Amino acid sequence: MRMSKIVRFAADVLFGAIVIFGLYVIMHGHLTPGGGFQGGAIVATGAALVIVAHSYEEVIGMIKKAVLMAQESAGLVMFAGVALIAIGLGTTFFFNFLANSGSLFGMTVPFGPNPGELNTGGVLPLMNIAVGIEVWGGLAIVILYMLSGIGKKEEA
Amino acid sequence: MIPGYITTNAPALLIAVPLLGAFLSPLIGRISRDARALWVLAVMTLTALIGYLVAFLVYTEGTLLYVFGATEATLTIPPDSGGIPIRIIFTIDAMSALMVTIAVTVGFAVILYSLTSDSRRSGLEAYYTIFLLMIGAVLGMVSTGDLFNFFVFLEISSLASAGLIAYKVERGRAVEAGLKYLLVSTIGGIFFLFAIGILYGQYNALNIAMLADMIQWTPLDKLALVLIIAALAAKCGAVPMHFWTPDAYSMAPSAVTAMLVVASQASLYGLFRFCFTLYGVTLNYLTIGWVIIILGVLSMIVGVTMAIPQKDIKRLMAYHAVSQTGYMLLGVGVGLAVLGDQALLSSYGTTAMEGGIFHIFNHAMYKGLLFLTAGAIIYQVGTSDLNRMGGLGHRMKWTMIFFIIGSLAIAGIPPFNGFASKFLIYESVFAFSPILSIIAMVVSILTLASFVKVFHSVFMGPPLPGNEQVTEAPKTMLIGMAILATIVIVSGIFPQFFVQNLIAPAAQALIDQAGYVATVLGGV
Amino acid sequence: MLWNLPYIVVVLLAVIGLAIIFLKRNLIKIFLGVSILTSAVNLFIIALGYREGGIAPIYTYAASEKMVMATPQALTLTSIVIGVATSALMLSFAVIIYKMYGTVNVDEIRELKE
Repeated sequence: MRMSKIVRFAADVLFGAIVIFGLYVIMHGHLTPGGGFQGGAIVATGAALVIVAHSYEEVIGMIKKAVLMAQESAGLVMFAGVALIAIGLGTTFFFNFLANSGSLFGMTVPFGPNPGELNTGGVLPLMNIAVGIEVWGGLAIVILYMLSGIGKKEEA
Repeated sequence: MIPGYITTNAPALLIAVPLLGAFLSPLIGRISRDARALWVLAVMTLTALIGYLVAFLVYTEGTLLYVFGATEATLTIPPDSGGIPIRIIFTIDAMSALMVTIAVTVGFAVILYSLTSDSRRSGLEAYYTIFLLMIGAVLGMVSTGDLFNFFVFLEISSLASAGLIAYKVERGRAVEAGLKYLLVSTIGGIFFLFAIGILYGQYNALNIAMLADMIQWTPLDKLALVLIIAALAAKCGAVPMHFWTPDAYSMAPSAVTAMLVVASQASLYGLFRFCFTLYGVTLNYLTIGWVIIILGVLSMIVGVTMAIPQKDIKRLMAYHAVSQTGYMLLGVGVGLAVLGDQALLSSYGTTAMEGGIFHIFNHAMYKGLLFLTAGAIIYQVGTSDLNRMGGLGHRMKWTMIFFIIGSLAIAGIPPFNGFASKFLIYESVFAFSPILSIIAMVVSILTLASFVKVFHSVFMGPPLPGNEQVTEAPKTMLIGMAILATIVIVSGIFPQFFVQNLIAPAAQALIDQAGYVATVLGGV
Repeated sequence: MLWNLPYIVVVLLAVIGLAIIFLKRNLIKIFLGVSILTSAVNLFIIALGYREGGIAPIYTYAASEKMVMATPQALTLTSIVIGVATSALMLSFAVIIYKMYGTVNVDEIRELKE
C-alpha cells in the first residue's frame, strides 16, 4: 500500500536527518548518553519510517537484504576482532589497548569541564561503531522480515 | 608444545572461537554450501580442542581464572579497584571443566551429524550461526564466575534454542513448541534477574566468589534462592515446569535436541553451582536438599509414567529425559541435604553427588545418542510415529546397534555407563532413605520396559509396507553416533577411571566453597 | 517512606505482568505481560543503583569516594537489549502462528497437546 505523496516526501527528507542523528549517537557513545545499540536502533527507525511510507516492494528495491545481513555479520566480527587483537598484543580478551596510547582514540581524557573530546576512549568507540553497524543491520532486517510475512521468514 | 598465549587465553578462546565462527559463517556461506559445512566443522573442531585443553589444564593444575579486559589473565582484583573484583571473571573449576568436556564432545558429534541430517533444509546460513551461538552460550554458562554474565549466556542460549526449535515450522507446530520454550525461559530469566538484583542490592557485588564470601541467610537471600531455583529448575525441565520438554524436544531437529539436552544440563549445573558455591553451608541445607530431592523424585516418576503411552518416538524419549533429570537432582540433592554434616557427607553424601554428576555426563552421552538414532530413523523413514515404523532391523543395522547401546545405558543395564552412575545413586541414597532408592530402581525398570517396547516396534518384525526401500543412514550421521556410542561403552566398562579422574574432583569442587572463594579473592 | 516508592511500583508492575501472562488468552497480550515484567525488573535494578549524594563517574573533579559505579545502569541496558531480542523473536513466532493456525488465542493453539 502506498501512502500519499506528502507522507512519502516527508519520510524521504526525514530519513537523512534520522540517519545522521543515529550516526552521531553511535560516534559519541563514549561521551554522551547513548552508544552503539541506541544509535543503531535510531538508524533502523529511519529504515522503518521509509518502509511504512513506501510500499514493501519499493523498499526492497532500495534496501538490499543481503547488504543488511552482511552488515550484521561484519559488525559482530569487528566487535569480536577488536577484542581478539588484545590477545595478540599479549594482554587479555577485551583489553583496552588503545586508551591513553596517543594513537587513534588514544588521547588522555582532559580534566575539568569540557565539551567532550571525541579522540578518547580507546577501543570503546570502535566497539560502539561495531555494535552500531550490527544493530542497524539486525533491526532493519527484523522489520523487513516481519513486514514481508512468514512465507519469506523461513529463508532467514 | 602449545604456545603460552594459547594456554593463558584458553578460557576466552573457548567463547571467542564459536562466536566468531558463528558470525563469519553467513559470509562464508556466500561462497558455497560445502565451504560453509567445512567452516562450521573446522570451528567446532577447534572449539572442541580448546575445550579439552581447558579441561586438561583444570584437572592437572587446578582452577583456571580468566579476567576479561585486565592487563593479566589472573589479575582478579586490580590495585585501583578498592579490593573488589570489578571485571567479568571466568572461573573454571573441575565441575565447570566436566561440563565443558560434555558440551564440546556432544557439540562436535551433533555438528558432524547435522551436516548431513539437516542438509536438505532451506535457510541453513542462519541455522549454523544459531547452532554455534548456542554452543558458545552453553560453554559460557558453565565457565563464568559472574552472576550477571551467567544470566546473559542463559538468555543467549534460550533465544538460540527457541530459534532452533521453531526452525522446521512444520505447519506451525514447531513454532508452537518454540514459543512455549521461549515463554518459560524468558519468565525464568526475568526471575533470575530479580534474584541478581536482590543480591546486588544487598552486597554490591556480582562475582560469585565475592558474594559467597559475604552471604548471610537473610529473608531476602531466601527469596533470591527461591527465584534462582524456580528459574533454573524450569529451564532444566524438572517436573512442575516440565511441560515444554516433550514439545520442544520432539519438534526440534534431532541434532538440536541432542544439544538441547546439554543446554538443559547447563541450567542444572547453574542450579547446583548456586546452591553449593554461592550459598553453601549458610543455606538451610536439609530443607533445600529435600526440595531438590522431591523435585527429582517427582521428575523421575512423572517422566517415566508419561513416557510409556507415547506413540511419537522423540516425545517418548523426551519424557525419559525428564525422568533421567530426576536422577541427577536426587543424587546431588542427597549430597546437599547432608552438606553441613561432615560424617554423613563422607559416608554417603559425596558418593551420591558423584553418582548425580556422573549421571549428568552419562545422560548427555546416551540421551544424545538416542536422539541422534531417532533422528536417523526419522530421516530415513520420514515419520516419527512408532506405529508406522517396524522391521527396520535389517535395513539399518548400525542405527539399531547404536539404539541398543543407548537404550541399555538409559535403563541402567551393565556394562553400560547408565548402570555405573545409577548404581552409585542407589547405593548411597539407600543409606539416606531406602524408599527413595527403591523408587529410583522401579523407575529404572519402567524405563527398560518402555525401551523394549520401542525397540520391538521399530526394529523387529517384517518391514511395514512403505518401509521396504529404507536404507542405512549416511556416513557422517553414523560417525556422529559412533563417537557418542564409544564414550557410552568406554565409560561403562571403566567407570572407576572416570569417577576417580573426572567426577570425584568435580564433586569436591562443588563441596569446597572456601577453596572456590580463595582462588578468586586470593585467600582473603 | 517515599524512598520505597520505586520498589512498590516494581512489585505492582511485576504483579500486573504476571497476572496478564497467566490470565489472558491472547498471545499478543501475553507478550505485553512479558514486556511489563521486564520493565519491572529493569526499574528494580535501576532503583537499586541510586545512591544518595553520589556523583556520576564522568565528572572528573568529583571526590573519588563519591563516584558511583555504573554497574546497575550497565545491567539494565543489557537487559533492555535482551528484552528487545526476545520480543522480536516472540512476535515473529506470533506472526507464523497466526498465519498457520488463523488465531492467536492460546486455547485454540493446541496441536501438540496429547
